Amino acid sequence: MKGMTVIVKKTTQLIAGIVFLYGIYIILHGHLTPGGGFAGGVIVAGSFILLILAYGSDFLNLVKEERGSTTYENLAILVFLFLALTGMVAGVGIFFANWLPHGTPGELVSAGFLPLYNIFVGIEVAASILTIFLALIIFKEEVLK
Amino acid sequence: MELAISVIVIFMILGAIYAIHASDILSAVIAGGIVGYSLVICFLLLKAPDLAIVQIVVETITLIIMVAVVLDSSRKEAYGKFDTQAWVTAATAVVILAILFWFLKEASAPLAPFGENTMRMADAYVNGAVDKTGSVNLVTGVLFDFRGYDTLGEATVLVTAVLGVLTILRIRGRK
Repeated sequence: MKGMTVIVKKTTQLIAGIVFLYGIYIILHGHLTPGGGFAGGVIVAGSFILLILAYGSDFLNLVKEERGSTTYENLAILVFLFLALTGMVAGVGIFFANWLPHGTPGELVSAGFLPLYNIFVGIEVAASILTIFLALIIFKEEVLK
Repeated sequence: MELAISVIVIFMILGAIYAIHASDILSAVIAGGIVGYSLVICFLLLKAPDLAIVQIVVETITLIIMVAVVLDSSRKEAYGKFDTQAWVTAATAVVILAILFWFLKEASAPLAPFGENTMRMADAYVNGAVDKTGSVNLVTGVLFDFRGYDTLGEATVLVTAVLGVLTILRIRGRK
């Protein structure tokens, strides 16, 4: 896949990092401000898509990246499930029990399990969207070969 | 506010109708984008910023992917002939639509007016969520604590969708 012109490349260089950080902010503050795992995950995936579209990449790199994103996606959903299962083992024996101490409402580290759920759902959504995008590009390159 | 939402909904309907009848698929995709972005404004007017953020981001990424797909394939729409079978299909659709509307009217007649008498569960959520979950953002508290099963199901649906895409979009098997 070929990249775009110098103007697009330079603008992407300036913007992509900020977009990535904004996605991380949305994920981490999901229990305080509007947003959360789903929205932040898609924004993080958007920064990667921006970089791939602007700079382009050769086929082998894309395949390697797709393998990594698939692994992260499956690991994140497994960790999410195990975090929910810990409520069964420890605490009161309810699936999805929020047994960690809640802390003061309004602080960054509070609300027990909710920030952890947000983080892993964010990783899962980001890796899923990126995998779908990469699969489409890889399919096209395979057809052209 | 209802007037503004009505105007936006009419705009969305026009965009959807144009998306069906456009002869160029690229303009159909962009007209489909009208529906998504108008929905963002509707969510903001109805004071649902969580949904608005998700909708605007997902709409943008989907539009990029759809434009990339359309640019790589044919932009002409393949029109079929409007023969007898198409008339039968259209007539069946109209009859089923009328029956469904009648059942909806019958089923919703004994219900209370919209927004009244249904706040019994919502009261517990709105007043007790901060104490029970410790989360200031009520939407996250409901999504990940009270309705944790729903979120697990959504995430699993996404994983399954990716598995389907990877299975279909592969010419050679992985060595």
